[in-house]
Amino acid sequence: MSGFAWAFGRDLRLAWRHPGETLMVVAFFVLVASLFPLGVGAEPQTLRRIGSGVIWVCALLAAFLSLSSLFAADYADGSLEQMTLSPHPMVGWATGKIAAHWAATGLPLTILSPLLAMQYGLDAATLGTLAFGLALGTPLLSLLGAACSALTLGARGGGVLLALLALPLFVPVLIFGAGAADAQASGLSPSPHLSLLGAGLIVGAMGLPPAVCAALRIALD
Amino acid sequence: MSALEIRSLACSRGDSRLFRDVSFTLPPGEWIAVRGPNGSGKTTLLRCVAGLTRPDAGIVIWGGKPTSEAGTQFRSAMLYAGHAPGIKDELTAAENLRNALALRGAAPSDEALRESLGSVGLAKIRNLAARRLSAGQRRRIGMARLALDAAALWILDEPLTALDADGESMFAGLLERHLRRGGSALIATHHAIGSLQAKEVRLAS
Repeated sequence: MSGFAWAFGRDLRLAWRHPGETLMVVAFFVLVASLFPLGVGAEPQTLRRIGSGVIWVCALLAAFLSLSSLFAADYADGSLEQMTLSPHPMVGWATGKIAAHWAATGLPLTILSPLLAMQYGLDAATLGTLAFGLALGTPLLSLLGAACSALTLGARGGGVLLALLALPLFVPVLIFGAGAADAQASGLSPSPHLSLLGAGLIVGAMGLPPAVCAALRIALD
Repeated sequence: MSALEIRSLACSRGDSRLFRDVSFTLPPGEWIAVRGPNGSGKTTLLRCVAGLTRPDAGIVIWGGKPTSEAGTQFRSAMLYAGHAPGIKDELTAAENLRNALALRGAAPSDEALRESLGSVGLAKIRNLAARRLSAGQRRRIGMARLALDAAALWILDEPLTALDADGESMFAGLLERHLRRGGSALIATHHAIGSLQAKEVRLAS
């Protein structure tokens, strides 16, 4: 069994055994996205205007919520040492953990997003673009978040530090993701934004796991 | 089976120097007890040898090659158990054991798992979530892992912590069997382990 499959399977099993975290992320997403129409008012024009941006910000914050525990639990109970000292290359299991994190948080958010976006009166094509953008963007959020989470591992006040590090890095993902849905809503082609998101995901998937490994090594030293 | 050789290892934490010029050879079939007062760097020495902590100077050689070059080969032959046992609270004792072994590339049968958990006295609670286990019972999961893993070199940090007298003699039995098979072990401990003779590495405070 490769390191990737081992870590992916184990983390999904842990998420299944301990579903509180995934449920919290999903509940946060649903609640916050539902608060906006109540606060802003039910005027269809306004809601349609802000809809995709609001959904994206909510998804981004929900994905951020679960980041702090990505490596911290394994660090505290010694599993991270065991993984580092296993015969598998570090990049393999680190990527497996990131993939499992996405499957437990980013994927449910992506699936739920069209449902929530319906509150904002977005048309069918925009709903599709929004979900597709999230499908490309949330893995990138998990990758960026994992690098930040690994960097703040073991630091005191890690939670605040993590927010200061991760949220600015999430900005480009937000801009292109929300931009794609906005372009679709105003009758333009969303493909430039989506292409940039996809390119970002490819670059992130190639470049960020080694960075995560380097940060984990520093944390364990 | 390969020999472990440590050449003039030195490590410091912040401004304080923990140890320097530590050299020893650990041939197959023998074990070395690392001793020294609290804070003398026993854990750091083990972490340096295992490759978790980067030493200030010196090299660790396994099978004639520095471990920094033959990393994968060394890691497949070496089993490290630190202070934190790496046990997940949400999983059962059996799942924890299976996961720990799968990580090192071993896939034991259910029968073998049950037998080894039984041999360390965890037969009745093998399907209980690990969060309900005591510290000593968690250690015993670690012992079941030692029994099933084929690693040639054990690096263990205070393996007797939280174990009762029965557990201690069980561990001595495991170590004896490991050494008889030509394995070797580097163990930081304050205790004597059974009646097994060991070379000693002493760290000054």
